[in-house]
Amino acid sequence: MAYHFRMPAIRYEAPRSVAEAVRLIQTDPGARVLAGGTDLLVQFHAGLRQPTAFVDIKRIPELVGVSLDANGLRLGAATAAAVVCEHPDVRALWPGVVDAVHLIGSTQIQGRGTVGGNLCNGSPAADSTCALIVNRADCVIAGPKGERVVAVENFCIAPGKTVLETGEFLVAVRLPRPAPRTADAYLRLIPRTEMDIAVAGAAVSITLDGSGMCTAARVAIGAVAPTALLVPEAAKALVGSRLEDDALARAAAAASVAAKPIDDKRGTVAYRKSVAGVLVKRAAKIAAGRAKGH
Amino acid sequence: MKLHIETTINGEPAEYLCEPHETLLSVLRNGVGLTGTKEGCSTGDCGACSVLLDGRLVPSCLVLAPEAQGRTVTTIEGLARGDRLHPLQQKFLEHAALQCGICTPGFIVAAAALLDKNPNPTETEVRYWLAGNLCRCTGYDKIIKAVLDSSAQLQKAAV
Repeated sequence: MAYHFRMPAIRYEAPRSVAEAVRLIQTDPGARVLAGGTDLLVQFHAGLRQPTAFVDIKRIPELVGVSLDANGLRLGAATAAAVVCEHPDVRALWPGVVDAVHLIGSTQIQGRGTVGGNLCNGSPAADSTCALIVNRADCVIAGPKGERVVAVENFCIAPGKTVLETGEFLVAVRLPRPAPRTADAYLRLIPRTEMDIAVAGAAVSITLDGSGMCTAARVAIGAVAPTALLVPEAAKALVGSRLEDDALARAAAAASVAAKPIDDKRGTVAYRKSVAGVLVKRAAKIAAGRAKGH
Repeated sequence: MKLHIETTINGEPAEYLCEPHETLLSVLRNGVGLTGTKEGCSTGDCGACSVLLDGRLVPSCLVLAPEAQGRTVTTIEGLARGDRLHPLQQKFLEHAALQCGICTPGFIVAAAALLDKNPNPTETEVRYWLAGNLCRCTGYDKIIKAVLDSSAQLQKAAV
């Protein structure tokens, strides 16, 4: 109980609508939005955050759940990672998103942690971000002035920082339906087999024509810059190719050039730049293989 | 101010008073008296506090106690049927899949969630599913064998 005395009373709020949630966080600058809590509650227990209120958004119907219509996919921002990975439409149409989301923490963490939270935590190494970027995902944000939409590659602006302003929170992530013969893949490097944070990560989306020629591509790399990066130069190297070795090598080189990593305990600058390229090459091959199967 | 929460724990209606920022783990152990769920790291890394929330495997250290309002919670105490141990509990004993025992309830709850979803997992699937449960004593091998043996027994019983 000792720590209770130095902490002012904290409220728990469970709004039932987006409007009610906006009002709660707008009127109380110390309130923090709670989705899965796998980052926020860890930071709270470590004393890094002292919210005045936890605003639990999981009781708002449109914040939880996965739905697919003619336009594409809508992931409620507070949908647990495990729910996303189990969804048959997500598995069929966005296997690279499943690759990435399935790597976020343990089975237990996936039962709690959310794709929205993975974005809002703003880690450059967040596994889901690259996969969302190559799929042209956008972020639906609610706030005091209503709703606005931001492309996912512009959502994170620095480590731990996003475009969310006071009173705003992430409501949903939307992915447009992929074109025919399009598929994605995500790979990361960690020094163990599970339960780690990426040294580098890469997602690729590939569209093929009937003859196996790449007609469109998107490439994104993670953990190698302050935010996940879209790398148009790497995509350009793939378009018009049949993913021959020289095209893959050019894409890898473009990714290595675009990477602006730091030296830390997980890897050096030179190693991370090199690995980012290798991962782009491998992810492109997997995505192309999947696109052929579609 | 304490909150009054009504929920379902191990199939029975339950209620408790909790602080708004208190964890479900804390309430289970200190409020409700269900001490089978263990506190390991309290950062969601070790799996010792695993419970099922609406049937979904979660770390109870990263769930706020008020979040359980109107939901269902299953803990290690909810797995045995009276005096009859859950097959996983029986197989953990037979395979000596525990030493100090602190991680065991978390492993068994997590393994029960796996067998519920995938009754016939491969060894690789078991190892990946349980990657978030840490054991510093056994070296994991006996735990994996106990889970695979439970799966085989449950399959046989289902035929």
